[in-house]
Amino acid sequence: MTYRSTFRAVGVIVGGRVIDPASGFDGVADVILDGKGRVERIERAGRDRRYERVPGAVLDAGGMIVAPGFVDLHCHLREPGREDEETVASGSAAGVRGGFTTLCCMPNTEPAIADQETVRFVLDRASSAPGRVYPVGAITRDREGKSLAEIAEMVAAGAVAFSDDGAPVASAGLLRRAMQYAHMFGVPIVEHCETPELSGNGVMHEGLVSTKLGLRGIPAISEEICVARDIALSRETGTHLHVAHVSTAGSVAIIRAAKAAGVNVTAEVTPHHLMLTDDWVARDFDPLYKVNPPLRTADDVTALRAGLADGTIDCIATDHAPHAEQEKDGEFDLAPFGTVGLETALGVCVKALRETGLMEWLLLIDCLSRRPAQVFHLPAGAIAPGAPADIAIIDPDARWTVTPDQLTSKSKNSAFYGWELTGLVKSTIVDGRLVHESNGARGRALPS
Amino acid sequence: MASDATPAPPPGRLRIRHLLGLEGVCREDIEKILTTAESFKEVLDRPIKKVPPLRGQTIVNLFYEPSTRTRISFELAEKRLSADVVNFTTAASSVQKGESLRDTVKNILAMKTDVIVIRHPSPGAPHFLTRATDAIILNAGDGAHEHPTQGLLDMYTLWERWRTLEGKRVLILGDVLHSRVARSNIWGLLTMGAQVAVCGPATLVPACLADLGIEVFTDVDAALDTGFDAVNVLRIQRERQSSDFLPSLREYARLFGIDAARASRLRPGALVMHPGPMNRGVEITSEVADGDASVILDQVTNGLAVRMAVLYLLCGGQVPAAAAREGE
Ligand SMILES: [Zn+2]
Ligand SMILES: [Zn+2]
Repeated sequence: MTYRSTFRAVGVIVGGRVIDPASGFDGVADVILDGKGRVERIERAGRDRRYERVPGAVLDAGGMIVAPGFVDLHCHLREPGREDEETVASGSAAGVRGGFTTLCCMPNTEPAIADQETVRFVLDRASSAPGRVYPVGAITRDREGKSLAEIAEMVAAGAVAFSDDGAPVASAGLLRRAMQYAHMFGVPIVEHCETPELSGNGVMHEGLVSTKLGLRGIPAISEEICVARDIALSRETGTHLHVAHVSTAGSVAIIRAAKAAGVNVTAEVTPHHLMLTDDWVARDFDPLYKVNPPLRTADDVTALRAGLADGTIDCIATDHAPHAEQEKDGEFDLAPFGTVGLETALGVCVKALRETGLMEWLLLIDCLSRRPAQVFHLPAGAIAPGAPADIAIIDPDARWTVTPDQLTSKSKNSAFYGWELTGLVKSTIVDGRLVHESNGARGRALPS
Repeated sequence: MASDATPAPPPGRLRIRHLLGLEGVCREDIEKILTTAESFKEVLDRPIKKVPPLRGQTIVNLFYEPSTRTRISFELAEKRLSADVVNFTTAASSVQKGESLRDTVKNILAMKTDVIVIRHPSPGAPHFLTRATDAIILNAGDGAHEHPTQGLLDMYTLWERWRTLEGKRVLILGDVLHSRVARSNIWGLLTMGAQVAVCGPATLVPACLADLGIEVFTDVDAALDTGFDAVNVLRIQRERQSSDFLPSLREYARLFGIDAARASRLRPGALVMHPGPMNRGVEITSEVADGDASVILDQVTNGLAVRMAVLYLLCGGQVPAAAAREGE
């Protein structure tokens, strides 16, 4: 963590509304850091005026929410291979701007993160990034879906989960062996659930809108059959299955039933699937709305929101998928899938989950921090004595409009341009250091 | 796309600025196109078939898909309106060198062109051009999305006979899933008050079509029992068989092909249409294609008149004064 030591240290965060889902605490308090990157204690606001004894600076969080730093289990940082689109450092910078202090990056890079050298390479890049980055290793060699990658060595090198994201492991036999093997190390298998022969070369959700537009459809059943298959394998092997980017009401129902039956399954949903429907594609065939899984129907969006609220879906993950501008500027069916999402996640979730009355701040923050950390067993997601001082300071009332200039990600393919969002990350702290401070943030340094 | 809520355009103009599809095009615009086409059809019967309204305008026919028929129809329509015409086809283009659609179009516009007629395999490519350029865009077929001038010429062919489409029952038969002709027909016919039904094998009929307020059949004989004033027979592409949409063309011909016996079950005076080119003996027998009910060649002639009408109306406000005077 060499790079982070160059950021300004924070000693105490005063007067904010501290929300810690792990303890259920929600109240105005001061958070005192220990100067070594950890939280020392939380106490009643203003009780301890001995700030001068605290090493480093004071951050005034009056009117702000002080939350655990967000944890994204699913993003694409494109390094190695497409550093023009994103790098570990640039993705992490976008992440901390969005309040994400921990990112897990998917292995569909060039070459794939499919051996210990590449895992180490990513971790080396992460050491000079503003936030924490953990690689997800590939399940199969080169992500080709043919034979197992060296999972044990990647675990030893620091991979936290395994996935062939971008595609499912199409062979049920190979996935079964992958689960049996991964079980020895207690690492989750993350599946991009899709049935290739049902998706075909579809480019959007199959339904009324795809019928009108004449675009090839990806049916809901393509995802649901794979979810059901993978859950059956998880039930048999006992291996933790994490379903990536759930997109259909049918998948939510299947996962709900599996959880009730005690299967070791968790799931995530993206902010864009919580907010957008396939109708957006009809507004001009804009490839910015081309994502995989595709944007579904209003009924699916309703089911996803309900599934997240009742815990069927464990957490929110961005599936941040940066693409170079020229690749998203042309024919819809030729453009690659994916939207960037790290910097808009909070505002979009506020719109989808808070402004709809579905969630209070405590639950929303839980879905973005503690719950994802638990899914991958990461040391994050709490503001508690001894916990890493990874903190997002949120202005809950700040309104901002999404424009390309507002985004720091190297790629600008956002599905939310022109949206006015409420909720802005004012400051982000990683390891007790201020790694992001937005313009107009109220933080100030006291003379030491 | 225009809606009925937009203010009325000046006389001789359409509410739409581009013709991207027939979805959302109002009845008033369609009627204006049909009546204008009728006057151009009269021009086509003159000894000198050329009129001056588009003199000085440059139109690019940008064809990313080979389609000799549609391209020739547009080219003739443009020339008979005295426009300068440039043809840009994939064979001669830089597309194969990997140039993006945006760059290709920027280059074409740098040559000061006014109208782009585009045929492209990707749905929405014409919509993309409206974002990327200021030119007037005319969709000549975008993938399986729409083929609005084909929809208009089909409607014109019916309207020419009946003078109205209100309440008429039209069956669209065949591969609806992949057909841009079907989509444009559905939107246009519904707007003009016709009743639309589609029929085809379940693998080639998109499931949600019924939500558009049209009847969906997978049994052509059951469909015919309900009575139709016209049947629009779609082309079955042979590659659909190899991609497992159909067991065989033979079986398709038996189940869905229009032969004399099936054609005789249409309402008296009913019309048989086909956008061409036909697979004789597959979706339609020669007896029907060349029979009394067939208006297939009328469609080709009408295509020219309809395309002239659309070009004339879309470019209407830009007629150079000198040319307009000559046209009086
Ligand atoms: Zn995926
Ligand atoms: Zn992904």
